[in-house]
Amino acid sequence: MRGGGENKEAPKAAGDSATTAATKAPAASDTILIGEFGSLTGSEATFGQSTHNGVVLATKEVDAAGGIKGKKVAVRTYDDQGRAQEAGTAVTRLITDDKVVAVLGEVASSLSIAGGRVAQQYKVPMISPSSTNPQVTQIGDMIFRVCFLDDFQGWAGAKFARDHLKAQTAAVLYDQAQAYSKGLNDYFSKAFGELGGKIAATQAYSGGDQDFSAQLTTIRAANPDVIYLPGYYTDVANVILQARKLGIKAPFLGGDGWDSSQLAAIGGQAVEGSYFTNHYSPDEERPVVQEFVKKYNADYGATPDGLAALGYDAAKLLFDAMARAEALDGPSLAKAIAASKDFQGVTGVFSIDPKRDAKKPAVVVVVKNGKPAYVTTIAPPTS
Amino acid sequence: MTKLLQTLVDAISVGSLYALIALGYTMVYGILQFINFAHSDIFMLGAWFSYLIARIVGWTQTMPPSWSIVVVLLGAMVTCGTLGYLIERLAYRPLRSAPRLNVLITAIGVSLFLENAGQLRWLFGTQPQPMPQLIVDRPILTVSGGMFSAPVNINLVDVIVVLVAVALMLALEWLVFRTKLGRAMRAVSYDTRTAALMGINVNAVVSATFVIGSSLAAAAGLLFALKYRGLKQPADAGWILLGLKAFVAAVIGGIGNISGAMLGGLLIGFVEIFGAAYFSPHLRDVYVFSLLIAVLLLRPTGLLGRATVEKV
Repeated sequence: MRGGGENKEAPKAAGDSATTAATKAPAASDTILIGEFGSLTGSEATFGQSTHNGVVLATKEVDAAGGIKGKKVAVRTYDDQGRAQEAGTAVTRLITDDKVVAVLGEVASSLSIAGGRVAQQYKVPMISPSSTNPQVTQIGDMIFRVCFLDDFQGWAGAKFARDHLKAQTAAVLYDQAQAYSKGLNDYFSKAFGELGGKIAATQAYSGGDQDFSAQLTTIRAANPDVIYLPGYYTDVANVILQARKLGIKAPFLGGDGWDSSQLAAIGGQAVEGSYFTNHYSPDEERPVVQEFVKKYNADYGATPDGLAALGYDAAKLLFDAMARAEALDGPSLAKAIAASKDFQGVTGVFSIDPKRDAKKPAVVVVVKNGKPAYVTTIAPPTS
Repeated sequence: MTKLLQTLVDAISVGSLYALIALGYTMVYGILQFINFAHSDIFMLGAWFSYLIARIVGWTQTMPPSWSIVVVLLGAMVTCGTLGYLIERLAYRPLRSAPRLNVLITAIGVSLFLENAGQLRWLFGTQPQPMPQLIVDRPILTVSGGMFSAPVNINLVDVIVVLVAVALMLALEWLVFRTKLGRAMRAVSYDTRTAALMGINVNAVVSATFVIGSSLAAAAGLLFALKYRGLKQPADAGWILLGLKAFVAAVIGGIGNISGAMLGGLLIGFVEIFGAAYFSPHLRDVYVFSLLIAVLLLRPTGLLGRATVEKV
């Protein structure tokens, strides 16, 4: 997954709460310890911080409700600084030193893969809240995730473009330096063609680029009905600003990498009316969503982003499985997680499929008055 | 035809920015024969200080007065000029007589320091931020009809970018070739020791070079921020890449040569934008660096870099 958090209090606030969560976890036997690894510092710091907030919130809730099997739950969190080596070390430490029963993490797929290999080796279940790359759960039978995959997200974007925007032609502008963006381009283009649309132009940029005028001029000449832009929010805002300057009027459509308050802060008027597929929308009226938004706001003073919601869901799903499991050893717990059915999550009602992935709907939101507003939910294809 | 004209406008605008940054690299190299790797960070700080000044003055919500851009420009230039002076005074001057490699490594250290210091929470933070809109960016000239299939917009911001860049480059030419300070700079560049014997204050000249180069980078930073309003976080790799391309521009034009830096900057803008528009945007960095290789193979001193050409 992707996207930046909304929590501007960044490094320090989350660092502090990480320490308290870690220190207040007593090693006594009346406590069940679970582990979490994430990028609490580093360039993807907001990813890790939002996720961590969600996990802590879920833990507080389960403890307030009496814990699991009569025991309190505590989280131990290690910072991996957004580096793959650190992720492996963090998971090793969680499992061998702290003897956690399960691990939660990471956001970036490459880090989930690094940590997942260790968890699989020690037969400790791991749930990734938000890594969308298919390889993550292919590591082995201990690795799960609670978010959708990029192939579905690309398909959902195409479906929305065809059914709701009634687009006949689409142009794609993707970041060729990011596996995430490249993957979404492939899946979207394929699905859009299969659904009867036509890709009028495919253009690419690289992470460091600031000037997109050449690509946008080409796209303008193709005159598409919609422009698919599966990038990260900073680039996205710059692209759309430049597109509007060139007089491109077609709506933009993107993925969960847009999920940040900075998108509208930078893009302003230009990004109004643009759509993106996301894991959840705080506007959704389901009670579980509204309750989560309220509690999160009370604790952190911010509207939770998709990452926080996924962190919360990952922890809740784990607690649910722990309550159902016969014992808390790795294989029993993994069996219980795999058996999760119709879980009422903030990010949708979902089940864990035989590939240990979550089969769940995507939400489409539109940027309205600087905030993402709920448009519709796209359910996974039934086939 | 539409595409050709639009691409031309973009190329000139982007090329002017590269040229402005390249000047700082070339001036320092001309005098000290060393590559100031921290220059791209001065450019980055120029953009971020423009943001900060505009925020502090409060030009974020309401439409700021038209002279606000001048205030921000001067503010950023003075701030970065001071910073350039301090960097030279504290980091480079103590190493003036040390092997050149030491200074080079110090420059990399300064670069890392500036990037990370820029991310301090009370300074700019780790989030990308929007540059306040100091000018209403609207098309001031729209070419359409006839052979144009779609209207071509020439935006105010592009005009400002080119005008300010050209004005600053002319001012620099005047300074270097028409003033006493310029003559001293050229003398130091030609032979430092002899210049010192002739009574030129070498330290003052070197300081002046850093101040001028840094303020030009700050100006480029502001223009860049006006054109691309989403400012990436100070340690983002994008800034380094921009600085690197500007450095390539200086080398292509002939490092140490002022006109060469301008020529190189424009050339790179053209190669990059036209390549991306007419061939494939996937390879835009490849065009730039291929041009560098070609120039280095055919003319190792750069296009205008001849020993007889006056250097700064």
